[in-house]
Amino acid sequence: MNALARHRRLTAIWSSEPGWKGWLSTVNHSDVGRMFIVTASFHFLVGGILAMLIRAQLATPNSAFAGPEIYSQLFTMHGTIMMFLFAIPMIEGLAIYLLPKMLGTRDLAYPRLTAYGYWCYFFGGAMLLISLVFGIAPDGGWFMYPPLTGRIHSPGINTDFWLIGITFVEISAICAAVEFTVSILKYRAPGMTLGKMPVFAWYMLVVSLMILTGFPPLILGSILLELERAFALPFFQVELGGDSLLWQHLFWLFGHPEVYIIFLPAAGMVSTILPVMASTTLLGYRWVVAAAVALAILSFGLWVHHMFTTGIPHMGLAFFSAASTLVAVPTAVQVFAWIGTMWKGTPQLRLPMLHILGFFITFVIGGLTGVMVAVVPFDWQVHDTAFVTAHLHYVLFGGFVFPVLAGIYYWLPLVTGNRRFFRLGKVAFALIFAGFHVTFLAMHWVGLMGQRRRISTYAPEDGWTAINLISSVGGFVLAFGLAVVLIEVVLSFVVRHRAPRNPWGSGMLEWAIPRPSAAYNFASLPRVNSRDPLWDDQNLPVRIARGEGYLGDPASGRRETLMIDSATAEPEQLVIYPANTRLPIVLAAVTGLFFLSLLLKIYLITPLAIAGVVALGWRWVWRLGSKQDLGDQPIGHGVAVPTIAEVSRPPGWWGSVFLLVANATLFGSLLFGYAFLWTIAPGWPPPAFIAPSLPTMLAAAVGAALAVAGVAIAVRTNRNGGTPVSGLLAAVAGALGLVAVFAMMLWSAPPAAGHAYNATVMVLGSYGLVHAALASLMLIFLLARHRAGYMSQRRRGELAIVKVWTMYLAGVTGLVVPAVYLPGLVT
Amino acid sequence: MFITFTAIFVFVMALLALSFRPVGNGVSQASGERLWIIGLGLIFPAVILLCLLAYGLWIGERLLPRSDADVTRIEAEARRWSWRFSYENDPRRSTENVLHIPAGRPVDIEITTADVIHSFWVPRLAGKLDAIPGHVNVLRIEADAPGTYTGLSAEFSGHGYDNHSFAVIAHGPEDWQKFLEGEQ
Ligand code: HEM
Ligand SMILES: [Cu+2]
Repeated sequence: MNALARHRRLTAIWSSEPGWKGWLSTVNHSDVGRMFIVTASFHFLVGGILAMLIRAQLATPNSAFAGPEIYSQLFTMHGTIMMFLFAIPMIEGLAIYLLPKMLGTRDLAYPRLTAYGYWCYFFGGAMLLISLVFGIAPDGGWFMYPPLTGRIHSPGINTDFWLIGITFVEISAICAAVEFTVSILKYRAPGMTLGKMPVFAWYMLVVSLMILTGFPPLILGSILLELERAFALPFFQVELGGDSLLWQHLFWLFGHPEVYIIFLPAAGMVSTILPVMASTTLLGYRWVVAAAVALAILSFGLWVHHMFTTGIPHMGLAFFSAASTLVAVPTAVQVFAWIGTMWKGTPQLRLPMLHILGFFITFVIGGLTGVMVAVVPFDWQVHDTAFVTAHLHYVLFGGFVFPVLAGIYYWLPLVTGNRRFFRLGKVAFALIFAGFHVTFLAMHWVGLMGQRRRISTYAPEDGWTAINLISSVGGFVLAFGLAVVLIEVVLSFVVRHRAPRNPWGSGMLEWAIPRPSAAYNFASLPRVNSRDPLWDDQNLPVRIARGEGYLGDPASGRRETLMIDSATAEPEQLVIYPANTRLPIVLAAVTGLFFLSLLLKIYLITPLAIAGVVALGWRWVWRLGSKQDLGDQPIGHGVAVPTIAEVSRPPGWWGSVFLLVANATLFGSLLFGYAFLWTIAPGWPPPAFIAPSLPTMLAAAVGAALAVAGVAIAVRTNRNGGTPVSGLLAAVAGALGLVAVFAMMLWSAPPAAGHAYNATVMVLGSYGLVHAALASLMLIFLLARHRAGYMSQRRRGELAIVKVWTMYLAGVTGLVVPAVYLPGLVT
Repeated sequence: MFITFTAIFVFVMALLALSFRPVGNGVSQASGERLWIIGLGLIFPAVILLCLLAYGLWIGERLLPRSDADVTRIEAEARRWSWRFSYENDPRRSTENVLHIPAGRPVDIEITTADVIHSFWVPRLAGKLDAIPGHVNVLRIEADAPGTYTGLSAEFSGHGYDNHSFAVIAHGPEDWQKFLEGEQ
């Protein structure tokens, strides 16, 4: 088979359905990545228009353009859209598109999940945009502090749009994070050990782990606040044992890492593009990776610096102030590694480089003002003034938008196959750079003069008029510059002007594929021996196209790629992907129905939607696997590996483990909230603790033991060639017993609206109930699969996956039951 | 602080600009890592931060309320959208939206709220501190001279936030005495 025939064959196997209908059923990472990027850009446009409205309002004193009601919606939605609907999805989109190409594989770990994440983002974003159109958008500021956002002070539906819409959107972030983690650890070209991995992949690995541990506190906070709003569970109401500070902790436990979740991928792009622009390699690869890891770890210790004015004890302030300034060190390591790289090579002022310079200048200023804000006495002065808003934009725009623009210009030839024709880029850059600095230097200034953030207008006597006007003019120049970028990008799709294969002379794998990028990425998977395989072998693209790598023979007609051993990077499993399907969009729509029923308070539909999700989820997993043992499959070069159904750690096992990391963080945040209320909230201890029920506790212990032992026995007998049915039946009995235990617990609990303690017990019990029900379902699923012939001694992967979830259930039981009953025992 | 930071900024920008010199810079991998990463990346910021932190803690320490025989205590309760101040000598005595304090003496403001979160801020006297439901935060302020100062609420609280402000009147010793007696 020659290269062209192989290309045709692979394209037939991998491409989506023709026409716009293809978008609904595509699961290919290149498609979904592009859909993410386009949708995120659209949200950027909307957020940008809101910013222009804000600046129009603030341009003159006593402005009557928007009243306070409208103005609070404007800035809340601007902040919310930029953070949740633009920045994070933009990162997801770029990484979804780029990672497999950089890692030398054909798709991400879970193609259908990629698509599901996209549709959750799409529908959730649409929900928020609709609220904006109807003028009922959230208006409590992007961090939504209760009690202002509680039911008493915000009775309207505005806040619910935020809590429910954002939680819906966050599903996509969690999906993407699980997917990136597993793909980076397990889906790489053979030979690409962790030390030879592109530095961008390292950054994305760190970021994904941060998302898995950073987003759950916010998701929990949103659930609790929505429960308070909808059912009067008083988590944040001080009269009933709640505390509004709990929200601030949960929010900033998310919110601070969030800033690094946005910044680190951008830093990864800089680390990738900058050396190419200087025709050299990155200085101190290991140091840079270590710095990213350090930054990630530090950032979880810093959330309190957003709460310096809430009356934190002095020792706490000193500690967090010190820790906050400490982040400057790993940041400095990266910045100087980049500048050192430029000294090492010969930097050239090409367009991506210009944006990187814009990034340097802006970000260094933002970092320095950040250190200033981290110093407590200074923060007491500028907190909640325009100074902080300006600082935040230096970090976010400097640290994110400039690198993304650099990235867009850098990878555009890969996406379009064309080079830019009209050369508008330099003009656009000049407008953006000048406009940005005028806007936000002015805002620093007016903040120091005492202008608070979030005020809808000010008086001429304040003396801020001229500066605000200058700032607004700058804002419009900036917007104009961004519009020029948009025009240029659109034009470069339209105007055919063929780009060379590797236009920047990079050494990385993404430039070894056909351009515009083919649906299958690599006609065969290359073996990688260094960080810059393309520099080692100029001919690599041709050899890949000729099928000289692994999996060069597309005869099977299946979508295939390889999973490797994380450490040695030797091929380990043959992945067979599902093909195009509408399941993701349908599942996302039904998930959306669930959220919509909560938003509109039509609770009759809620159980239907849940049943729908379960049914579709069942179908989702049922379609995988096969009814015969396939045996080890040849992958070329004389190597044969088992398929993913015939190993003990299939992709689903890896995904479950990392999903459970996020899940455990959510649970941990719940326990943290419990402890926090107990120790800090004024209304504790509650009037009465739940009386411990010995039978329930015993039943919980027995149920958990039975479930775990049953699965273990099933795995063992199956390995030895026996039938796993009796073990599974025992496990089902155990899990169903736990369902009963948690149902009893909820049944006998005091009314949840009475006190934050009761409310917490309710949530803990429900958490247990959901996991017990889920594990039961999974175990029943296994029985059904066994009956239908999908399981054998070799095809054992599904057993391993369910085992993980059952063990997690046992762990949850072991924590929830004491947390609920111990206080009653002790007192 | 501003001068140090401007200097750092200029320094970094100079390094950036110099990398574009046409001559080869002759930075090798090993020596580069030592100079750029260990020297500039680790040691340089660490030194600056230590100085800064010491300075910050020192100032912060001075701003903190300390038990002091001579302190006047005043309770401040925020609500949407006003402030009520009560004076320690007589809990029944209170003023709306005007805070009276003695000049030249430390005053502890005990801040709380009747509804949502607000923040107490008199820019010319001290930093800000939040008013949080169910909690009382204490802020030490001191006006050097008699006069009137503007006070603001600095935490977004809904539609009346723009004008959520109050006035602070610092009295000389006699005026303060008169205020206390006159009001009683
Ligand atoms: C396109 C240029 C932009 C302009 C002109 C702009 C302008 C502004 C202004 C004037 C405010 C202050 C509103 C107020 O306090 O009254 C604001 C707030 C904010 N902006 Fe931007 N912005 C821009 C881009 C961005 C980007 C790219 C992000 C994030 C990735 C962002 C995130 C935020 C956030 C989080 C807030 C705080 C909202 C709140 O107080 O609840 N902005 N922006
Ligand atoms: Cu932070």
